Amino acid sequence: MTKNKSLYIVLSILMAVFLLASSIVFPLDKGLLGNLGVSLGRDLQGGTYLVYKADLSSVEEGTEDEIMKGVSNVISNRINPLGVTESSVEIQGNNQIVVEIPGVSLTDDQKASLGNTALLEFRELTTIDGEEKWIPATGTIDGETLALTSSYFKSNTSVQKDQFGKIYLTFEWDETGSELSKQITTRLMGKQLAIYENGEPLLTEDGRMIAPTIQSVITDKGQIDGLGLDVAMALSKQLNAGRLPVSLEVVYEETVTPTLGSDFVKLSLTAGIVGLLLIMLFMCLYYRMPGIVASLALIFYAILVLAIFKLIPVTLTLAGIGGFVLSIGMAIDANILIFERMKEELQMGRTLGAATESGFRRAWSAIRDSNITTMLVCVILFWVGSSTVEGAQVRGFSLTLFIGICVSMFTAITVSRSLLRVFVGTKLAKKTHLFTPYIEGKLKVNND
Amino acid sequence: MINIIKKRFLFFAISISALLISIIFLLSAGLNIGMDFSGGSRLTVNFEQQVTIEELESELTSIGYGTAIVQKASSDDFIIRTAKLSAAEKESVKTDLAAVFGEFTEKGFEDIPPETAIGTARVAVFGLILAAIVVMAYITWAFRAMPKPLRYGVCAVIALLHDTLIVLGIFAILGLTLNLEVNLMFITGILAVIGYSVNNVVVIFDRIRENVKANPGASFEMIVNNSVNQTFSRSINTSLTTTITVLALILFIGSSIESFAWALLIGIIAGTFNSLFVATSLLVVWEKKEWRRFIDWLPMFKAKRAEY
Repeated sequence: MTKNKSLYIVLSILMAVFLLASSIVFPLDKGLLGNLGVSLGRDLQGGTYLVYKADLSSVEEGTEDEIMKGVSNVISNRINPLGVTESSVEIQGNNQIVVEIPGVSLTDDQKASLGNTALLEFRELTTIDGEEKWIPATGTIDGETLALTSSYFKSNTSVQKDQFGKIYLTFEWDETGSELSKQITTRLMGKQLAIYENGEPLLTEDGRMIAPTIQSVITDKGQIDGLGLDVAMALSKQLNAGRLPVSLEVVYEETVTPTLGSDFVKLSLTAGIVGLLLIMLFMCLYYRMPGIVASLALIFYAILVLAIFKLIPVTLTLAGIGGFVLSIGMAIDANILIFERMKEELQMGRTLGAATESGFRRAWSAIRDSNITTMLVCVILFWVGSSTVEGAQVRGFSLTLFIGICVSMFTAITVSRSLLRVFVGTKLAKKTHLFTPYIEGKLKVNND
Repeated sequence: MINIIKKRFLFFAISISALLISIIFLLSAGLNIGMDFSGGSRLTVNFEQQVTIEELESELTSIGYGTAIVQKASSDDFIIRTAKLSAAEKESVKTDLAAVFGEFTEKGFEDIPPETAIGTARVAVFGLILAAIVVMAYITWAFRAMPKPLRYGVCAVIALLHDTLIVLGIFAILGLTLNLEVNLMFITGILAVIGYSVNNVVVIFDRIRENVKANPGASFEMIVNNSVNQTFSRSINTSLTTTITVLALILFIGSSIESFAWALLIGIIAGTFNSLFVATSLLVVWEKKEWRRFIDWLPMFKAKRAEY
């Protein structure tokens, strides 16, 4: 009686866990309890993923960390005006910046603008070897020759429109910029000053080079006109976001549109459900009563794993779902090991109660050792995934498989075991054929 | 009880032939190395008009991308893989495709420079080697109470190398027929196979461990044979359930993780055969030091022996 009592306590606890987990899991997009959705990776919900490598070769030693922080701030500032709700910019290793924007696939132009150095240079026309060339206009401060660039702009450039609809970009120099501007505009009075971005001249809307003639000495404020509205707006945003202190190179890039992602979600959901149902069918047909028990344990398993995915939260990628679906196949393995052991015990003439207990006890070392090796492989896989820029899928797979294995060990020894104990001592338990596989008759008689 | 271990030399013959075939295909056909390890660009597009793979490939060839590979994704999308495209090259390819085949939407784009890819390949290979070492160490440790525990570790590692080589060999064939590529997902599949294959071996070895303890006087060969028989239906059933889930992945998700799923499928089949018949037989051969018989059997050694 006390044994029965403790069994029913365990069963009630399991039932409570199951209900709790179900209310976290369903509905999938926002659970009844905790209002948690499944967090999907960029391959499933769409998104942009960019990895930049900063060229730190010209940077003073010891200041690298500071520079990288600066770079990451500038990129964050540039993402904000794009109107995305969520984004992350992280420094990875000592010279990489990882940009992740879930749910939004940026256009090529937007992507280009993120890593752009966006430096405007002011150039003057000179004749070198009989050829006319635009070279950077320079001034001298404290004996040092400096080129006049937008790095001396204050972060308050803006786009204005006058009453005739003419668009111009206004800017203000900082202290150094004002001094340089004064020297240069004094020196070049009456001559043209061109504006270059990344080595290319800025062009007006109708494609002419912007090279205004200097008519007065400019010290603190200036304006550039002739630009199209879009170009001027983009330029102003970039200039205000700050200039990248070093040049960036894209080392990995991935964009997925949200529609492509949602196709995958439906497909992988179908794959999971079909896999689950087929396994349950097989288990019920082959192992009979224990098969039904295993099927219930498997449902318990799937719900518990999904609840854990939501709680941690684990970002599900396609490979992560692959790992989960695969873990369903492997989760049933613990049950199979136990039932095979039970079968042997029953064939030796043990009662269901004795067979269940010794089946679980004797299968345990196999379950433990085989699962630990798989866990070790998962850990190595996670390391592989973390050490490469395109490894998000690998990380996802190893994480879901690892969680799956842990939970499967738990459900096999608690859920399956408790449910089987329910039958012990009932009339059903005497019908051994219900608890042994179908081929039992042929395999019998071996005690050599 | 079926005497499985008695037929061990037949299993070795099957196994060695499979390995030889794998090596021949690996050397002759080679692997279809994906962009994860070689670098390149992958553009996923969806055309409004009906377009065939052949049309796309011939158009890409005409604009200088003869090596481009076009695949149909699970829905109406096409995946175009090329060497790494610069921003300007990508723009010109898109302009050209739009001019020839009409409007299309760019559904995804992935870009990996070769330098990144080489780093990834290095990590992947290192991961595989590390997995083999860790597995060997763990099994040797788990079987430390047994006489000669290292044998179990070594046999498990031979088993996993065996499965890996066969998966690689079949991928050389599938690379030709299904255009399956070796990429990071493939490495994930291989590592999952390693986990799976070792899992199978460990279950059988565990049974041997138990039987050795229970029957101190019995011959090792008989114990191994009993253990294989006792775990036989478990091995088959677990392989079956895992195969069901992998097939579901192949059928429903398709191209995006096909390298992963196929690696698993082949690995599970090879691993089941291997763990039941080969890894266990190896233990027996090692115990009985049967390689001596093999050396004797080799003609050159036979001749030498005759001289003495």
